[in-house]
Amino acid sequence: METGLSVLIGLFFAVSVYLMLSRQLVRILLGIAILGNAVNLLIFTSGRLTREVPPLIPEDSYHLLVETANPLPQALVLTAIVISFSFFAFLLVLAFRAYQELGTDDANEMRVAEPVDEPAPPQGY
Amino acid sequence: MAGVSLNPELVAQSMNTTPVTLGDWVVIAPSILTILGGTLCLMTRKNMSLQPKIGIGFLALLVLANVALLARVIDRGVLTMVMGNWLPPFGIAFTVDALGAGLSLVASIVAFCTGLYASVSVDGTGRRYGFYPFLLLMMTGVSGAFLTGDIFNLYVWFEVLLISSYGLLVLGNDRAQLDGTVKYGILNLLGTNLFLVATALLYGLFGTLNMADLSQKVSAISADQAGMLSTIAALYFLAFAMKAAAFPVNFWLPASYHTPNIVVSALFAGLLTKVGVYALIRVFVLIMPAARSDLGDLIALVAIATMLTGAMGALSQGEVRRSLGYMIISGIGSMLGGIAVGSTLAISGAIFYAAHSIIVMTALYMAAGILRLMGGSYRLRDLGGLYAASPAFAAIFLILGFAVSGLPPFSGFWPKIMLLDAMLSSGRVWVATALLVSSFLTTIAIGRIWIYSFWRGGPEGTADGTAIALMPTDKALSSPALWVSLGILTALVIYIGLQPEWMLQLVSRGASGVVEPMGYLRSVFGGA
Amino acid sequence: MRTIIFRTVAPYLTALMVLFSIFVLLRGHNEPGGGFIGGLIAASALAIYGIACGVAPVRRAIVFHPMSISAFGLFLSALAGLPSLLLHQSYMTSQWISFPFFDVEVDLSTPMVFDIGVYLVVVGAIASIALALEERESD
Repeated sequence: METGLSVLIGLFFAVSVYLMLSRQLVRILLGIAILGNAVNLLIFTSGRLTREVPPLIPEDSYHLLVETANPLPQALVLTAIVISFSFFAFLLVLAFRAYQELGTDDANEMRVAEPVDEPAPPQGY
Repeated sequence: MAGVSLNPELVAQSMNTTPVTLGDWVVIAPSILTILGGTLCLMTRKNMSLQPKIGIGFLALLVLANVALLARVIDRGVLTMVMGNWLPPFGIAFTVDALGAGLSLVASIVAFCTGLYASVSVDGTGRRYGFYPFLLLMMTGVSGAFLTGDIFNLYVWFEVLLISSYGLLVLGNDRAQLDGTVKYGILNLLGTNLFLVATALLYGLFGTLNMADLSQKVSAISADQAGMLSTIAALYFLAFAMKAAAFPVNFWLPASYHTPNIVVSALFAGLLTKVGVYALIRVFVLIMPAARSDLGDLIALVAIATMLTGAMGALSQGEVRRSLGYMIISGIGSMLGGIAVGSTLAISGAIFYAAHSIIVMTALYMAAGILRLMGGSYRLRDLGGLYAASPAFAAIFLILGFAVSGLPPFSGFWPKIMLLDAMLSSGRVWVATALLVSSFLTTIAIGRIWIYSFWRGGPEGTADGTAIALMPTDKALSSPALWVSLGILTALVIYIGLQPEWMLQLVSRGASGVVEPMGYLRSVFGGA
Repeated sequence: MRTIIFRTVAPYLTALMVLFSIFVLLRGHNEPGGGFIGGLIAASALAIYGIACGVAPVRRAIVFHPMSISAFGLFLSALAGLPSLLLHQSYMTSQWISFPFFDVEVDLSTPMVFDIGVYLVVVGAIASIALALEERESD
C-alpha cells in the first residue's frame, strides 16, 4: 500500500514540477496546488498506513484495544491543507489582480519591478 | 472530560503535573501578545487614528516581554513549556534558549522601531488595509519561529509570517508591487513546501517532531538510515537557503524588496531572511550536526557565491533600495560561512552577525526612506547635495554604511572578526577571502551611495561644486517619529560597536547552547 | 442564477444551513464535526444568500465586516488558552466546568471557546473571499 502511494506521490511531484516550469502564471499556480497535495500525501504516507480504525479509547478502558490509524499525520495534514488552501486562494486573487494590472500572465514579460531598459548606474565617482 | 474520572497514575504518565508559575508564561507571551494586538487592530481598522496607538503599544509590550524572557533565560537556563500540559515529546513544545530569546528580542526592538516609523510613512489607506494588524501578526510568526521547540510548529510559524508578509507586500496595490509579490509569493511558498517535504520525511524516519527528541534520535542513527538523513538534510538546506536568499535561489529578493512602502522593505530586510538563517542554525547545528559537517563544503561554496553575488550586485545598482537588497544577500553569505565552519566560535559569529544585520539593514532602509523624502528620489543619478541639507543625517548614514561593511568601531566589526578567526583556524581560507573581498566591495558600494547622494554638489546635470539649495520641504521630515526610530537603531549600532562584551557573552552562550545541546535536552525532558 | 424559486428558497436555506453549522460546531468535541467544518458550512450559506439576493444584503445581515469577524475569532481562540494561567498550568490546557441544566448535565470548556473562535475565523475569512469574488462578478 505504501509503495503504491509512493508512486502516486512521485507522479504528483512530477506533474507539479512540470507545471511550475511553465511561463504562464495559471499553470504555475496549478502546479503549486498539486505540489501542496503531493506534500500532504507524503506526510500521510510517512506516518505509515496502519488500520482504518479511529484511535479512540473506549470509555471503560485506559488504552487502545486494537491497532488503530496513526492520528498525528492526519492532524499535520489537516494543518497543511488549511495553510495551502489559504495560500492558494491568496495567490489566485493575486495572480488575477496582476493579470488585470500588468496585462500579461507570462512570467517573462512581468518586468515592472525590474525594468529591462533601466538606465545604467552612474559611472565613476 | 468532566464526566469521566481519570486515573491519576495514568495522568501523571502522560501529563505535566508540576505547577507552571506565572514567570514561565513569558515563554509564550510574545506570541500571545502579538496575536491579541493584531486582532484588536484588525477589529478596529476603520478607526485610523487608533491603529498606530494600539500597534505601537502592543509592540512596546512585545519588547518588554522579550526582555523579561531573555532575563529569565540568562537566569535559569533553557525554558520549556509544552502546550496543553502534555509531556514532551507529545505536546507542542516551546523551548527557549539564549539564541532564540536573543534574536526574538532584537527582532521585537526592530519591529517597534518600524511601527513607530510607519506612524508617519504609512498613510490612511495603508492603515485601513491593515498595516498594523499584518505587522503584529508577522511578529507572531517571527517570535513563534524563534521560540518554538517543535519542527512542524516551526513550519506553521513560517507560514504565519509568510502570509502576513504577503499582505504587507501588496499593501497599496501598485503595479510594481503586484509584480514583485507574484515572484516573492510563489518562490517563498515553494521554499516552505520543500521545508514541509523534508519534515514529512524526517517524521517518517524518526516518528517525532520535537527538536530535542530529534536531536537525540539523530545522534543514535543506524548506518542504513544515514543515506535517507543526508537527503533530508539537503532538502532542508535548499528550503532554508531559499528563505534566506542564498545564491543561487536568491532572485526573489532583489525582485521584490524594493517595491513596497519603504517601512515594509525595512521590516523585511531586517527580519525575514534572518529567520531562514536561524532555522538553518537550529536544524543543522542542533538537530543534525553530522549532516552539517557532511554538507560543509557545499555550504561553504554557497556562502562564497552568496557573498560575492551580493557585494557585486550592490555595486552594480543605480537605485538605493535595490543596492541595499543585494547587501542583505551579501550578509546572508557571511552567516552561511559561519554555519559552514560550525565551531562554537563560528556559530557565535553567525548569530552575532544575524543580530547586527537585523538592526543595521532595517536602519539603512529607514535611512533610505528619509533620503527619498529629502532628495525626492531613490536613484543615484537624481540625488546629490544632501550633506548641505542635513549634515547630521549624512553622519548617521555614514555610520550605518560603516557598520554594514564591517568597519570599526561599529556593530558589523565584531561578528566579522569572529567569523574570520573561526574560518582561518578551521582552514577554510577561501571563505575567509570571500568575506574580506565582499566587505571591501560593500564598503565601495555603500561609499558610492553616500558620495553620490550626500557629498557631491547636486544631482546629475548640475555643475559640480555648485551646491544647489536643496531645502527639503516635506513636512513628514519634521515629525520626530522618523528620527526617533532611526536614532534608536543607530544608537544600538554604535553601542554594540563600542561595548560588545555583553553581546559577545550572549552569542557565545547561544552558540554553545546549540553546539552542545545538553541544557536544551535537559530542559525539555527534565531531570537527568 | 436569480430565478424566483432560488430567491424565495435562499433565505430559508441560509437560515437552516447556519443553524446546522452551529449544530456541527457544538457536537464537534466528541463526534465528527467542529469549528472548521462548521465555519465552512456557514460561509457557504452566506455565499448562497449572496448569489441569490446580492452581496449588499449579506453584508447588512452579518453587520460586521467579515475580516473583523475573523479577527474576533482569532482573538477568542487566543484567549481560550489563558484561563489555565490562573490554575498554574501550561497555555492551552483545557478547563472544564459542568453544571446541571434542568435534567441535562451541561459541560462547558475552553476547547469549546477555542472551537467557536476557529468557527468565526473560518466564517470570516471564507466569507470575505467569497463575497469579494461575487461582487466582482456583478460589475
